[in-house]
Amino acid sequence: MSERIVVDPITRIEGHLRIEAEIKDGVIVDAFSSSTMVRGIEEIVKGRDPRDVWAFVQRTCGVCTTVHALTSVRTVEDALGIVIPPNAEMVRNIMEGTLYMHDHVIHFYHLHALDWVDVVSVLSADSAETSRIAQSISNWPKSSVGYFSDVQKRIKRFVDSGQLGIFANGYWGHKQMKLPAEINLLAVAHYLEALEWQKEIVKVHTIFGGKNPHPNYLVGGMACAVNTDDPGGINAERLAYVGQLIQEGKNFVEQVYLPDLMAIASYYKDWGVIGKGFGNYMSYGDFPTNGYNSTDPSSFKFPSGVIKDFDISKIYPVDHKDSTEIVEFVNKSWYEYAGGDGASLHPWDGETSIKYSGSKPPYDHLDVDQKYSFVKTPRWKGQPMEVGPLARVLIGYAHGREEFKEIVDSALSTLDVPVTALFSTLGRTAARGLETQLVANWTVEFYNTLMTNIKNGDQRMANSELRDPATWPKETKGVGYMEAPRGALAHWIVIKDGKTANYQQVVPSTWNASPRDPNGVRSAYEATLIGTPVADPEQPLEIIRTIHSFDPCLACAVHLYDEHGKHISQVQNTTTCNV
Amino acid sequence: MNAAKNKQDTYYESIIKNGFSRRDFMTFTAFMAAYMGYETSSIAQIANALKTTPRLPIIWEHYQECTCCSESFIRTDHPIAANIILDKVSLDYTLTLMAASGHQAEAAKKATMEKYKGEYILCVEGSVPLGEEGVFCCIAGKTALEQLKEAAAGAKAIIAWGSCASNGCVQSSKPNPTNATPIHKIITDKPIIRVPGCPPIGEVMAGVIVHVIAFGKLPELDRQGRPKAFYAKRVHDSCYRRPYFDAGLFVEEFDDENAKKGYCLYKVGCKGPVTYNSCGTMKWNNGVSYPIQSGHGCFGCSEDNFWDNGPIYERLTNVPGFGIEANADKVGMVAAGVVAGAAVGHAIASKMSKRKELKERIVSGKDLEKQVE
Repeated sequence: MSERIVVDPITRIEGHLRIEAEIKDGVIVDAFSSSTMVRGIEEIVKGRDPRDVWAFVQRTCGVCTTVHALTSVRTVEDALGIVIPPNAEMVRNIMEGTLYMHDHVIHFYHLHALDWVDVVSVLSADSAETSRIAQSISNWPKSSVGYFSDVQKRIKRFVDSGQLGIFANGYWGHKQMKLPAEINLLAVAHYLEALEWQKEIVKVHTIFGGKNPHPNYLVGGMACAVNTDDPGGINAERLAYVGQLIQEGKNFVEQVYLPDLMAIASYYKDWGVIGKGFGNYMSYGDFPTNGYNSTDPSSFKFPSGVIKDFDISKIYPVDHKDSTEIVEFVNKSWYEYAGGDGASLHPWDGETSIKYSGSKPPYDHLDVDQKYSFVKTPRWKGQPMEVGPLARVLIGYAHGREEFKEIVDSALSTLDVPVTALFSTLGRTAARGLETQLVANWTVEFYNTLMTNIKNGDQRMANSELRDPATWPKETKGVGYMEAPRGALAHWIVIKDGKTANYQQVVPSTWNASPRDPNGVRSAYEATLIGTPVADPEQPLEIIRTIHSFDPCLACAVHLYDEHGKHISQVQNTTTCNV
Repeated sequence: MNAAKNKQDTYYESIIKNGFSRRDFMTFTAFMAAYMGYETSSIAQIANALKTTPRLPIIWEHYQECTCCSESFIRTDHPIAANIILDKVSLDYTLTLMAASGHQAEAAKKATMEKYKGEYILCVEGSVPLGEEGVFCCIAGKTALEQLKEAAAGAKAIIAWGSCASNGCVQSSKPNPTNATPIHKIITDKPIIRVPGCPPIGEVMAGVIVHVIAFGKLPELDRQGRPKAFYAKRVHDSCYRRPYFDAGLFVEEFDDENAKKGYCLYKVGCKGPVTYNSCGTMKWNNGVSYPIQSGHGCFGCSEDNFWDNGPIYERLTNVPGFGIEANADKVGMVAAGVVAGAAVGHAIASKMSKRKELKERIVSGKDLEKQVE
């Protein structure tokens, strides 16, 4: 006899996610992932100026703020044949690189750590031992006995106040919490430090994009003009500020995040066999070093490709423009296709008509035999794909890139786990940290390239040549992609008569969080939960560990009404954030 | 109920208990006073209020949003502002940060709603979809509408964070597929502070909370329900590029020679003349920059219906909302229209000599001043 448990809301994510799981004999035997919120951004951008669309779709997500803006400007530039100046490419890379550092650190400490770290246990820690451990794994200066002792006192007073705030009702004392009190104290101290640190690294976005969250982008380049001899532009002071922020961010990643990740992971090696999934991984590739339009795959820091069935000896190419490769189903999603629920559509031909047919709220359970999510189900050549840091790291490794092999082999050896441990909840969380190191290194390179370009006299930051709609073809279409921190992200646009005729976003959580396809095949969240042991169904800690290992940013769907308020079509989108 | 558990630390107590000195505490209050634009004499008042006011329970709801407001909130930069959630308030429910998920999370919220009935502040991030009886946003099996009504019933006041909660933001722009609706159009029997912006500046968010806990009352609001301390001035009025506007010196297209000199962005679409916010005065991320300083026009993200107020890169030609305003705001908004009109005139007359241009500028400025008076 199995038992159905519901976790809703899944907290410490972006968006609204609900998981229903069947548990039999203490193990998950089936799981259903549902996105319960929709806004309709793709429909809203229809008819609008393509140059404005980045700002609308940027609001898909404020956590990985910038990814939809960047993808959108790449999409429109692809449609219009715009090539941006090298400086703009480097500024975009630097902003994306600092986003990775920010987003992954925030995810580790503020969105994921409380699944592994017992805050209340901190009270019984020996701060001298914590200090000893901290100094043995890192050169980070804040590591004295007094420092950890102060943090411990602070937590004690907080707990004693009786107002536990964000820590209320946490999974404290759960038998799956396995860290020694001293490591818990280390992690909680760094939780607080990371909260202070994160507001610094984002200033790179403020300098180039004017604000964070939601810095400004521009079709054709970036708006932050360079002028080394005027207070009105990006000058030596601004650039020095960026350089310092990148270095400080890199220091935090190397001296705090990665040592903590390894220290914590070493107590949870049993999670190297949980959350395995189906073994298909996809990356679109990103961080161009010689222009986004370059046809040389080796010029992208993250290589692209697909791995099938855990076999890293073969890599398959991905083509966003081939209508037989990436398609989406709505057989289990609250939409309708004219061709019926078995049909699939490439995003350029995306047809979407929202039709909520789920239980009438308030409800206790979703009827999972029927449609059960606002997320559509994307497939690559008919296969489900997992996207995200693990996919990127595996694909880099499979390509034989030395820097990927180095970090992966070193981490496996430090943790003393076999290579198969990568295909797991632990592997997913570890891969996120490992790639942060790579991205931090690359961000320094991008900064140096930018400085060299400027030093050599190239101060161009935007190409306005084709910004005038008078220069555009009557009809055109484009696709833009990137590797967002949460995984492969692409937008598709159709432009007619200078306006956006169709716009679709297939976001990382669309791949990972979607319901099953017409063949009953599960997507990543559902597949990875199968086989997970749940010690106490009342405290679904194990479920949120695996779900959080994906860094969910839940999403949504978009739909269109005709002028009489009737749904006629809709574009989907979902997730990594709320569309 | 355990009496000791019911006792709430005051801000002062919690700061001292957490290892900060009285001097740290005074520094904090001075920063907050400065940020909020108070006279130096009010520092003592804030300090005193923080010493004697108990920690304020907060329930922070998330509906149709992108979480940029929560992200902006944790960017606040002043002495211990990053610690607000641990030391200043008791953030008892927030989907973004709380440890508990599922029914444990909902139980934490319910506990606060019962224990602190009439005392807690309800913060709302996101709009509420009213289409199809609310099915477009459900949390724990209930619609956002139902969740909002329940949480609002016992709230002392509501803070509507960001443009989503204040004016509906992007999802309410045409054709508003889900009938996304801002909070004040649903809850009408509670005081509501609207803090628009996409997102609002982090220090503005901190400032609003500190005002409430320091003075034990809501900040003074304008007729649209926005705190005057942060929304009384147009971005245009506080913009460091304003002299270029007045002199008729404009960026013609991005990255041109004028852009490199930092000229006014009005002709490439800046909506600063019709946008009320603190971007020009406080700037973003602890004063590092703001959109205009980084070369992109303001697109008015704190104004009602800004997504539908014309293309982002098109210069202002008319300003919606005339004729319905009836107080001090009218002056500002009308002035904005006049200024915009005058500047369009400028663009047309671009072949005129600079001297003649400046002369005309001065005349039109004087006309404008008369109207303002």
